[in-house]
Amino acid sequence: MTTLEPKSKRKTYGAIIGILIVFGLIVLLENLHKIIPGVPDILYPTSVLFTVLKKAAVYSLVAVSMNLLNGFTGLFSLGQAGFMLLGAYTYAILMVPGDSREQVYYLYGGSAIKQSIQDLLNSVFGKDGGGGAVSLILSVIIAILIAGCIAAVFAWLIGFPVLRLKSDYLAIATLGFAEILGAVFKWQKLGKITNGANMIKNFPNFSAFNIKNSQTGETMVYLSTLVPFIVATVCIIFIVLLVNSTYGRAFKAIRDDEIAAEAMGINLSKHKRLSFVVSSFFAGISGALFAMYVSNAQAKVFTTTLTYEILLIVVIGGIGSISGSIIATFLYVSCSEWWLRFLDEETFIGTTKVPLLKNGFRMVVFSVVIMIVVLFFRKGIMGTKEIGDLHPIKALKAKKAKKSAIKAKDGAK
Amino acid sequence: MSNIIEIESLDVHFGGIHAVNNVSLEIKEGEIVTLIGANGAGKSTILRCIAGLIKPQGGTIRFGEEVITGLSPDKIVSKGLTLVPEGRHVFPNLTVLENLKIGAYLRKDNFHKDIDYVYSLFPRLKERHWQHAGTLSGGEQQMLAVARALMAKPKLIMMDEPSLGLAPLVVKDIFSIIRTVNENGIAVLLNEQNANMALKAASRAYVIETGSIALTGSGNELLKNERVKEAYLGKSKQ
Repeated sequence: MTTLEPKSKRKTYGAIIGILIVFGLIVLLENLHKIIPGVPDILYPTSVLFTVLKKAAVYSLVAVSMNLLNGFTGLFSLGQAGFMLLGAYTYAILMVPGDSREQVYYLYGGSAIKQSIQDLLNSVFGKDGGGGAVSLILSVIIAILIAGCIAAVFAWLIGFPVLRLKSDYLAIATLGFAEILGAVFKWQKLGKITNGANMIKNFPNFSAFNIKNSQTGETMVYLSTLVPFIVATVCIIFIVLLVNSTYGRAFKAIRDDEIAAEAMGINLSKHKRLSFVVSSFFAGISGALFAMYVSNAQAKVFTTTLTYEILLIVVIGGIGSISGSIIATFLYVSCSEWWLRFLDEETFIGTTKVPLLKNGFRMVVFSVVIMIVVLFFRKGIMGTKEIGDLHPIKALKAKKAKKSAIKAKDGAK
Repeated sequence: MSNIIEIESLDVHFGGIHAVNNVSLEIKEGEIVTLIGANGAGKSTILRCIAGLIKPQGGTIRFGEEVITGLSPDKIVSKGLTLVPEGRHVFPNLTVLENLKIGAYLRKDNFHKDIDYVYSLFPRLKERHWQHAGTLSGGEQQMLAVARALMAKPKLIMMDEPSLGLAPLVVKDIFSIIRTVNENGIAVLLNEQNANMALKAASRAYVIETGSIALTGSGNELLKNERVKEAYLGKSKQ
């Protein structure tokens, strides 16, 4: 396969350049109002556009991590919200600054943990200027990684009993696990750590990454949308590399045919657990990102509904397609947060009220869309294809081959 | 020639059913050994036991000098024993090439030469190497299943019903492939319903009836055996 190498190298460079361009565009978009005054409202950093972009970046990582498990390894797991919860809480608990802990945990008389990672690093690098930036970035990276690791450890532990189950039973067991976690984190007795059913807040969120003028406190460069994009991109690249490695091939083999995979010497339990742990690791990271996005961590947010939302995204994007999941995430989040918002608002044309439009109608429309997708577009947007497979010449070739294959099949009969 | 596989009094129960009862058999290096018998006689179970997919309740399986009874399938494959499962079981959503690479999953060395080797055995697969295995015809899928098993560089390849559901012409091809594989020094354990073809190809054969060995002998002997003729070759006594 040596002949393929230059081509794939060119592809890699292309992908890197593409990602950098996207990053650049996002920074430009968020700072455009600084450069050109008087741009439309939508381009101001507080607008819905940037909310959508941030949320979509966070969700795309969960969706891809769920796709790794459901689409590539064929394990139908619904525990994603549980692992997100673990990640969100881990991040929040580790990152609430020491001086606001009293205030956050006032119901429980203070927190069991006194300092945040950032406090520790601040004492090394200093609190202001470049040192402060370094300690912020480092502490967030460390906290995010720990968040992922905690989720991964839990996945590894529950993987032993749970992964013996198949299809629906696995889904039920993982769903139950997520629900139990939610209940445990609301438990009063753990209040000093988890703050009971109350939210943990005041930890650094995405806006903490905006570069501010130290005298006036005015924001000079907005980077808050770039941060989730960078984290999500790095994680998704890792998942893509994993899927394309020999491990990924083994995952797909297990998905396609467990018996044959076992006969070929693939250790089923080991690979299933690996996939489960990696997927949960990234779900944990996206949980941490989610906490940063909403600026709080609260157990009641990470319900089954959240898992279903992610599952819906994966199904719409195509089970077994990473780029499909990403595209579907952006579409889904823009629809639910932005484009379909008007369905929830009572609207009047002249003096007559438009019928049906009122709070909650958006979800009705969504349900209909889901039914249509499940009935008529079962393969989702991308099927199992990736965006790179959509090259027109390649597609034509594939079509030709399929035709000749069908011919050959008829011939054999 | 030394034994590559030696099975001693193998016993397998499924619930209340005694699927394999005190079976002992051996395969020598470079042989084609066939198991023939009716549906449900226990042939597939024996193969699955050797491959490690089923743990037997009694008996020992030796691979060379080593006892491999109860080892996990991945250990057994890495020792050089591969199974071509019944009903082909290719990975339908992976390409032909990816299927072959899965076959070499446990190998740490460079296997590109072996891909060329199996392509030379099955030129059809080379033409279709980028196609999804699910789009291949039945015969091609069987070829792929055999090729995939060969990628593990086995010393013994076990084939469970390779001719199942294939057109007679394709079955002929498959058997000629089995012979070619065998000529390259790989022992073959064949489990086949098509007793006529199987016995012609086999150096030795075992007739399995309700979980135990009823008869054994060289392929040609059994072809002439009255009992075998009556029960499996469809020729009456007259």
